[in-house]
Amino acid sequence: MPPAARLIRDLLVSLRLTVVLLALSIVLVFWATLDQVHLGVWAVQQKFFHSVFVFERLGEMRVPVYPGGYLIGGLLLANLVCAHAYRFRRGWAKAGIWTAHAGLILLLVGELVSGLVQQDFQMRLDQGGTRNYSESTLYNELAVTDATDPKFDEVVAIPESVIADGATVQDPRLPFKMVPRGYYPNSALQLRSQAPGAPQSPATQGMGPQVVATPLEVTYRQDERNTPTAYVELVGPEGSLGVWTVSTLLGNPQRFDYAGRSWKMVMRPQRHYEPYSLTLEKFTHDIYPGTDIPRNFSSRVRINPPGGGEGREALIYMNNPLRYGGLTYYQAGYENNDTTTILQVVRNPSWLAPYVACSAIALGLAIQFLIHLAAFVRARMRP
Amino acid sequence: MRKRIPIYVVAVAAVCVLLGPVAHPPGEPEAVRAFGRLPVLAEGRIKPLDSVARSTLLVIQGRQRVMTPDNAELTPDEWLLDVLFVPERADTYRVFVVDNPDLLSLIGKSDESLAIRYQGAAKQAMALVGFLPSRQRRMSFDEVAPYLAQIEAQEKLAEPVEAQARTRFQSAVIQLYGSLARYVRLRRCLEPEGTRDFLGELLRLQETLADGVEAVRAKEAGRPHDEARAAAVIAEGQRFIGMSETTDILAIPPEDAGADPSAWNNAGQALLETFGQGYVNPSVLAYAGMGYAWRNNEPEKFAQIVKIYGSTLERRFGRQLRKARVEALFNAAEPFYAGMLIYLAAFLCAVLSWLRWPGPARAAAWGLVALGWAVATAGIATRMWLEGRPPVTNLYSSALFIGWGSVALCLVLEAAYRNAIGTAAAGLIGFATLVIAHYLALTGDTLEMMRAVLDSNFWLATHVVVVTTGYASTFLAGILASIYIFRGVFTRTLDKATADALARMVYGIVCFATLFSFVGTTLGGIWADQSWGRFWGWDPKENGALIIVIWNALILHARWGGLVRQRGLMCLAVFGNIVTSWSWFGTNMLGIGLHSYGFTEAAFWWLSVFVASQLALIGVASLPLGRWRSFRA
Repeated sequence: MPPAARLIRDLLVSLRLTVVLLALSIVLVFWATLDQVHLGVWAVQQKFFHSVFVFERLGEMRVPVYPGGYLIGGLLLANLVCAHAYRFRRGWAKAGIWTAHAGLILLLVGELVSGLVQQDFQMRLDQGGTRNYSESTLYNELAVTDATDPKFDEVVAIPESVIADGATVQDPRLPFKMVPRGYYPNSALQLRSQAPGAPQSPATQGMGPQVVATPLEVTYRQDERNTPTAYVELVGPEGSLGVWTVSTLLGNPQRFDYAGRSWKMVMRPQRHYEPYSLTLEKFTHDIYPGTDIPRNFSSRVRINPPGGGEGREALIYMNNPLRYGGLTYYQAGYENNDTTTILQVVRNPSWLAPYVACSAIALGLAIQFLIHLAAFVRARMRP
Repeated sequence: MRKRIPIYVVAVAAVCVLLGPVAHPPGEPEAVRAFGRLPVLAEGRIKPLDSVARSTLLVIQGRQRVMTPDNAELTPDEWLLDVLFVPERADTYRVFVVDNPDLLSLIGKSDESLAIRYQGAAKQAMALVGFLPSRQRRMSFDEVAPYLAQIEAQEKLAEPVEAQARTRFQSAVIQLYGSLARYVRLRRCLEPEGTRDFLGELLRLQETLADGVEAVRAKEAGRPHDEARAAAVIAEGQRFIGMSETTDILAIPPEDAGADPSAWNNAGQALLETFGQGYVNPSVLAYAGMGYAWRNNEPEKFAQIVKIYGSTLERRFGRQLRKARVEALFNAAEPFYAGMLIYLAAFLCAVLSWLRWPGPARAAAWGLVALGWAVATAGIATRMWLEGRPPVTNLYSSALFIGWGSVALCLVLEAAYRNAIGTAAAGLIGFATLVIAHYLALTGDTLEMMRAVLDSNFWLATHVVVVTTGYASTFLAGILASIYIFRGVFTRTLDKATADALARMVYGIVCFATLFSFVGTTLGGIWADQSWGRFWGWDPKENGALIIVIWNALILHARWGGLVRQRGLMCLAVFGNIVTSWSWFGTNMLGIGLHSYGFTEAAFWWLSVFVASQLALIGVASLPLGRWRSFRA
């Protein structure tokens, strides 16, 4: 074996590398925990764990300052696999160690997969209301709907990120192009009549001229949501139709007619449609008598399967989510005086991996611990 | 004779523990104690009035004992009786802690105006170094009352600020306002504001009730009526509404013994029902009778009414009454306070055994640890029975359980090694965790109800218990390592055999800690997946537990790889203390995440001191071995 290859092999199988990587990962996790105060949990995951390097802003530049979760996790995985392949020997003495580390490999891979594919949504249901979609808690979209046919809506949804990039959107289903003319990732809206000195709005159509948008600092807090506003110009073959203000703060869609059809346009949380729907039959919120400490929240929902037919009922409450259609619905909150329930919706195809992995690791550690304990007791029993 | 000394020591300690509930509080009349055992529904659970008194006192003044202006000591029950029935007297007791200088100036006080002047040089010296308070820390309601409007205004300004962004003054004013509100709610729990003879009022109401209600009905219907009577009834009703709106203690049990706790009422609501049902609620009358007897200093009458009321409850609420009695007894016994002292004594005995008298002192230490552990076990078991829950339900009980688990492991170690190291570590951890628990109890009722998301006995019994055992064992490894460093550097007592034994102990405990912290953390992940649909969310508390697991794994791999030997292992184990204390308390101080319990400034200061001390210990251990007294040639 050439000396360079031997050097690499020795490094990859060494316990020294393991210890260094474990120390690096502790610092990473600790730093990420502290940074949550500023960034919120989602941004922290992207910055520290779902990344090869942790970047920090140094003046104008973004500089990699520390290995990220993917790098440390990947090297740990390589170290683990190589060390075991290199040192593998048959026998019971190390059975616990082998089992535990095999479980660890599965755990790391499983978390990598779930980090890549897990999606989070929320579903808000009013008492008696029915919905077949859930909404993203992070992302928004600009939905343009052809509402000419009262029985059928054709929706074109443009992700907020496209608007933010400022790129012109041309879609075969739309008879006009959409040109972003301005974008605030977080903003406040005011009625123009209440802000007399405000500068002229670029908007000329719809609600636009009547409101004033002010940019706000982007928030990363878990209990807050960014409310973006954008100015979008619609351009038909024969020229501009005007500029509209779109914002998640404007509740109802703005309507207009063009090319003989009637249209609706709204900026809203990104939607994720399902082939079935849920109906909220009853939301219950119990407290302990004489206090405001919550005792239980629960939502009784009816699942209406695709294609009609008899649905079934399910009770979603704390520590008891509904798993249906590859999604998990759990009780996350409530609003409107206990008449609206908020269900968190999670899609995580690799949810089983940690169960298997953790059982293997726990079993392995227990075996190893018992082997040591038995040896210790035997040694002490000897006179 | 010398052989018997350990037995005598342990026997004396045991007798002191058993006498605790009987002897303490000294001289409290049986009737007052019986009053303390009466059940009410407060903070979501049925508990004795004694618990209401004690937890209120702990929150507002940080201790359970009350001093009157003429320096007599009151028990919590006596204080509660004065608050409920002779409020003008209770208003003169100094029970509100005010430490913040800005808050003091808000209520027209300063350090100088409150300074305590001690007679005698010894007391003055002690005050100077902080063993005696240098100024009055506590104010009476009467002293604060003239400034209520200012306090309320400042509280309104501070309240919207997020907890972790508040200044010291803002936190202090919110705390004082909360204490005052709590006190006022308690004062109006059984009798309305400003009454001197509530029993008389109720009896008169009872007599004139039919006519009065008739007059009100006639007035409402526009018929001729006795205006004065109607007005009197309406005024009475207004006072009852005032009472029912200001208290949060439901003292009046329902007429039938139905198990539904939501049928309990506060006194104001129960009195409002008088007009509908045509008679005054007998429980309210009974309490008014006790109030009359207490106010007019008629102990026989008071005892009689308490006894009669207790026996009427007995028939309907036998089970709840039994629980309330046990809880009051548990409060009086203060098992964790007793345990704290026993552990301290055990630690001193163990240290003594290294320096002198290895035989008897070691045996005494062993006996004391076993006794302290038995007392703590009884205390934890009683709490579990009262609550109907697994041992760990909040930060307070986690401190109790970490101490309990560590001491149990120490007893095993001591049985195996018989070198007083296990008992010394047990004494130290047992004492420290009970002191921490004492300070955590200052936030209120420690048997509080579980919020909905935590309401799962299965997960509390598995995840929480296992992960807390992981914390306990990581701490234990750190403490054993500290003993190694202390004895090695500062004394000549760390011979080769002891050093090797300690190294084996630390290694074994780290293995145990790895197993438990890992299993506990993953069980937490599974709970999270069951209730929130995700296994891992990088929540601060989860991260803290993860860091403990990785740190223990790091210690083991460093040792297997030969990167550290005995001394290095000890340094890593001491650093484990920092990692664990961060996960236990530091993550709560971030004030974010699903698991957090709120920011506490004093706790942050103590955590920093602890971390600094552990770093200093690691620094000491890094001295060249030639400087270690035990290893010097």
